[in-house]
Amino acid sequence: MKENDVILRTVTRVVVFIILTFGVELFLSGHHNPGGGFVGGLVLSSALVLLYVVFDIETVHQGVPFDFRKIAAFGAMVSLLSGTAAAVLGKPFLSQGFGYFDLPIFGLTELATVTIFEAGVALTVIGTVVTIILSISKDV
Amino acid sequence: MNNVLVLPMLIPLLTGFVLLFLRPSIRAQKMISILSLLSLVAVSVRILLIIRGEGIIRLDFGGWEPPFGILFVGDSFSALMVLTASVVSALIIAYSFTATERRMENMFFYPFAFFLVAGVNGSFLTGDMFNLFVCFEVMLLASYVLITLGGGKVRLAESMKYIAINVVSSWFFLVALAFLYGTVGTLNMAHISVRVAEVGQGPLLSAISVVFLIVFALKAGLFLYFWLPGSYSSPPGPIAALFAALLTKVGVYALFRTFTLMFYHDEFIIMTIIGTMAVVTLIGGCLGAIAYTDIRQIASYNVIIAVGFMMIGLAIFNEEAFKGSVFYLIHDMVIKALLFLIVGAMVYLTGKTKITGMSGLIRNYPVLGWLLFLTTLGLAGVPPLSGFIGKMYIGLGAVEGGNYFLLFAGFASSLVVLYSMLRIFMNCFWGETIINREDQRPYPARRLIPIALLGILTVGIGVGAQALEPFVSDAARVMANPGLYIDAVLGEVES
Repeated sequence: MKENDVILRTVTRVVVFIILTFGVELFLSGHHNPGGGFVGGLVLSSALVLLYVVFDIETVHQGVPFDFRKIAAFGAMVSLLSGTAAAVLGKPFLSQGFGYFDLPIFGLTELATVTIFEAGVALTVIGTVVTIILSISKDV
Repeated sequence: MNNVLVLPMLIPLLTGFVLLFLRPSIRAQKMISILSLLSLVAVSVRILLIIRGEGIIRLDFGGWEPPFGILFVGDSFSALMVLTASVVSALIIAYSFTATERRMENMFFYPFAFFLVAGVNGSFLTGDMFNLFVCFEVMLLASYVLITLGGGKVRLAESMKYIAINVVSSWFFLVALAFLYGTVGTLNMAHISVRVAEVGQGPLLSAISVVFLIVFALKAGLFLYFWLPGSYSSPPGPIAALFAALLTKVGVYALFRTFTLMFYHDEFIIMTIIGTMAVVTLIGGCLGAIAYTDIRQIASYNVIIAVGFMMIGLAIFNEEAFKGSVFYLIHDMVIKALLFLIVGAMVYLTGKTKITGMSGLIRNYPVLGWLLFLTTLGLAGVPPLSGFIGKMYIGLGAVEGGNYFLLFAGFASSLVVLYSMLRIFMNCFWGETIINREDQRPYPARRLIPIALLGILTVGIGVGAQALEPFVSDAARVMANPGLYIDAVLGEVES
């Protein structure tokens, strides 16, 4: 994009943070309400894709120097291992547990192992979406 | 609860992910692959023995009991399939260590081979229709990568066909699942079977079962096999062998599961429609196997003939015939891997694909030649090789059920198989040697070992059929009595 896109760039700088926050919010709310790792991951990756569209690939790579293919593989592995952990502990594969903990700032908080699984899903989605977009863009 | 049941899918998946991170070091990838394949085979044997001791076992993921949760069910049929698939894929991947180009290894060949194995094993073990769809997709996505890997004009064209046909059939699968869920309100296979039996298999459910028939027939190459010869003959040896040994067999397995466990009420669909499709498949496969002179095409048409033959066992629909089909499935996985590896080796060694272009190879590569002869005999079903037992039991079942036409079609196809294979053997290995000893490409022993092991395996299955018999009988008994499967899955909970 060689046109004068000052407005797009300025807006993006702000909007990316809104999208990222919204993505995290969706991810966390997924435990009891609509949302979760898949949708959260999609929203998070849309922020990255917006960055790639507005700025060029090299610039974004300086800020986010990850191999997204590896992120996808890592995410899938995290999900799988969280299920395997249950099997190692003698429960059926993919069993999840939760408990209430008194944390310093948050107060009484529910912590669940399914969050680990969902985090893996989110990472897989981010990695896959960005990889797809990047490989499409390279051909042109 | 038997967590061991998830391992045949978990081990290849985890291995695949680990290998993705080890991209720079092919050596490390190979080491880990070997370890993982050995443990996969060990686990499969263990599952088979557990089932022998305890009967059908199941694993409810996350402790969610059926019919609400997703589960893996292990009966003798699925365990035998998992064991055979694991052994065969181990040998094929061992072969590919020495036969794969470096640039393909760099483009994640091994991880995707493992994902394919994971999808195949998952499809065999799952007890849930939607999960079957998911496992199919895992397997197919991996196969899309493997078939396009390396590029080339012909291969890309064939891959496009392959991907298009599979995407369409996956869509049909999804539609059938939606219909089924809308009608009986469950996706657990055992629960579906109970509900279908309760309401009777009316026109609506029969229509749904026909959609499933079309989907699995496309995947298995039953009647709808037009895509198969092209896409199985274009990739290099090891990949073609993986496809021929595993992919269509998963479709055959799914057909058996669907029509023996869930939709076994409608005789017309099973006897007439599937029977006709099987015979047409046999005829079409035979025509192709005789007509082509490209050895890869001939091998691909042999895959189709075998699918037709196994489906005769389903159309006859009695315990004896099921037994034959299970034996034949085991045999076919081994022998098709063997056949495609040898064919791949012949193409690699001579650089030619037509039978008219090769001659007198027996002087150059005697071991390979005799292995091909062994394969020929095995495919034709000459005793004591592995093909014989399956054909014998299907024959017995046909006589018992009075299906003499199917019997005739099946055994006539064996003669055509024999002829088509002997044509390869006589044209390529007999005759005047056209490659000088000095010019011949060396064939390393490391490559011959996996092929020879497969050859030994096909003899072993034939000679050691007595040891396999109890497992196969159990598999056939469960297919003939779906109640056993249902009891094992839903026995402890309210259905």
